[in-house]
Amino acid sequence: MPTEKLNKVDKDFKNISPRKRKFQGFLKNSFALSAAVIIIILYILSIFAPFIAPYESTEVFKKHFYHPPTKIHFTDEDGLSSPYIYKTEAVGWGEYKVDQSQKYYLNFFSRGSEYSLLGLFSSDIHLFQVEDDIPIFLLGSDSFGRDIFTRILFGGRVSLFIGFVAIIITTIIGVIVGSISGYYGGWIDNLIMRVVEVIMSIPSFYLLLALAAVLPLDLSSAFRFFLIVSILAFQGWAGMARVIRGKCRSMKQEDYVAAARALGSGDRRIIFKHILPYTTTYIIIRATVAIPGYIIMESGLSFIGLGIQEPSASWGNMLSAAQNVSKISSFPWLLLPGFFIFITVLSYNILGDGLRDALDPK
Amino acid sequence: MRNYIFRRIIITIPLLFMISIMSFFIMQLSPGSYLDQIKMNPDISPELIETMEEDFGLDKSVPVQYLYWLKELLQGNLGESFTYRIPVAEIIGSRLLNTFILSAAAMIIAWGISIPVGIYSATHHYSILDNIFTTFSFIGLSIPNFFFALLLLFLIVRLNIPLPISGMTSIMYDYMTPVEKVIDIAKHLIVPAVVLGTASTASLMRQMRGQMLDVINQDYIRTARAKGLKERKVIYKHALKNALNPMITIFGFQLSSLFSGAALTEIVTGWPGLGNMMLTAVRSKDLYLAMAGMMMGSLMLIIGNLAADIMLALNDPRISYD
Repeated sequence: MPTEKLNKVDKDFKNISPRKRKFQGFLKNSFALSAAVIIIILYILSIFAPFIAPYESTEVFKKHFYHPPTKIHFTDEDGLSSPYIYKTEAVGWGEYKVDQSQKYYLNFFSRGSEYSLLGLFSSDIHLFQVEDDIPIFLLGSDSFGRDIFTRILFGGRVSLFIGFVAIIITTIIGVIVGSISGYYGGWIDNLIMRVVEVIMSIPSFYLLLALAAVLPLDLSSAFRFFLIVSILAFQGWAGMARVIRGKCRSMKQEDYVAAARALGSGDRRIIFKHILPYTTTYIIIRATVAIPGYIIMESGLSFIGLGIQEPSASWGNMLSAAQNVSKISSFPWLLLPGFFIFITVLSYNILGDGLRDALDPK
Repeated sequence: MRNYIFRRIIITIPLLFMISIMSFFIMQLSPGSYLDQIKMNPDISPELIETMEEDFGLDKSVPVQYLYWLKELLQGNLGESFTYRIPVAEIIGSRLLNTFILSAAAMIIAWGISIPVGIYSATHHYSILDNIFTTFSFIGLSIPNFFFALLLLFLIVRLNIPLPISGMTSIMYDYMTPVEKVIDIAKHLIVPAVVLGTASTASLMRQMRGQMLDVINQDYIRTARAKGLKERKVIYKHALKNALNPMITIFGFQLSSLFSGAALTEIVTGWPGLGNMMLTAVRSKDLYLAMAGMMMGSLMLIIGNLAADIMLALNDPRISYD
């Protein structure tokens, strides 16, 4: 019996690779895991935005500007009922009266405006809509009468993916430049490090402001998205390059690198096969920690009007509608996009912390 | 040590030079020349445009313009603001001071709260209060400055808290006595300082807690306890001093991040600081004002990092720079 048990332990130990063990450690951290789940849900919501949202992001209900969140009723006189809403009518500037004479039921999987999902297939089925084309504003409407729920979902596409794309570009540039600088040393190292110093010596937000102000206003929103990403990456690669350089320099002294060189490996092979794999842990952690920073910077830029432009939605430019104090107090639902930024950033921070604990338990 | 400081200051000069070249060319990237825009502005007299052309070579190519700007800069002339119609030097001084006031206030809030809280969290770690502090620090780290500012403004309006919500002074400011003036500015300072201070408080709290925990587990702390020293003496004399060492480096980096972070806070709360000025400058393509803001911001950042290194060296005798 004892030998059997011993064998089993031995087998278990052998079967689990270090990477897998780290991954299991991460799974045990329920806090970080729930953060990861929230992030995945947010991404799914924004990817499937055209299906989940009842309207298009630019659809305007002229008579329903600053409409408060629509109340959905789940019960009627006979107890539980299928969800329905009442029609509202404007009685003043941003004030609405509920007309309780008729119930309008929610139709699930009903046909509405046509859209294409991921450019792969097109459909006109929406998760829910209200019969008789009565507008429904789950989270209220903005100054043009656009549905905020719809715009939050579509805005998430910008706000969530900008951080993702920016960190990928930053990482690629940072790793390549940093490893060249650290591996070769000499004048090339000197040159690169001076450039890094210059970029890191300008307050980052000032640099972003100057760069964003250069962009012409009449660009297509996709191109603008790309340019904002480039700006973020331009400002961000320096820090990454500096650290990768340091790691490369110390790694270069290791015996196994000398051995690889003695065996006739080329520089590229040594860098990509022998040095960079040892920095992956650092890169993964750093990337996770950096994404929320990019999300905040993008929404900050859009908030002050230098980022994503109307009528495209981004959480930052939706919040700029709430810049006016009197508007915040009368229409507090305008602040909702901010909560989405907050929840995203919070989840990423918790995830980053969990990853650091799991991968790098120093 | 003196050599080291001297060397660092010498390095700053080419660095600032490079920064100025990069900023100048970035700002010239936007389509259309500055001169065309000024000429379209009916408020600017032809004589002024002529003097500007003469002084700054605005009708020449970008590299030549840069040389003109550099020449004027070295003679102490920062140029004239296109929008405010006064020399840039006059604007930048007061703006810089305002940003300083805001950053200093935020720093006092951040350090005043985070050091004691960090010590408490480390000495009582995993207690209920520690967990609450940790939760708060996560929230503080994750909430974007500008959104937090909006939330505070919302609360102030909703709960009728008698605090000013925008700007730095009241309308009646000019008629106030000096004491009233100080109180007035202090009142206006509360919202932006709390907003700016929160993020730093959150990160400092976590850093302080981590450092303190590291130190408390060291052998010499056990020795101090074994000698029979009072717990208070162990914590405040032996542990705290060593835990604070790395915090000093963080102080320097904080200077720089405060400068960057202050910009958005200033913009949302209408605080007339350097960041707010930068936004107006880049928006209205006010070249010299933006350049001056850029250079000032960078200079502050470099000084902050230098100060951090020097303080670290002075505080920790194990570090030598020679």
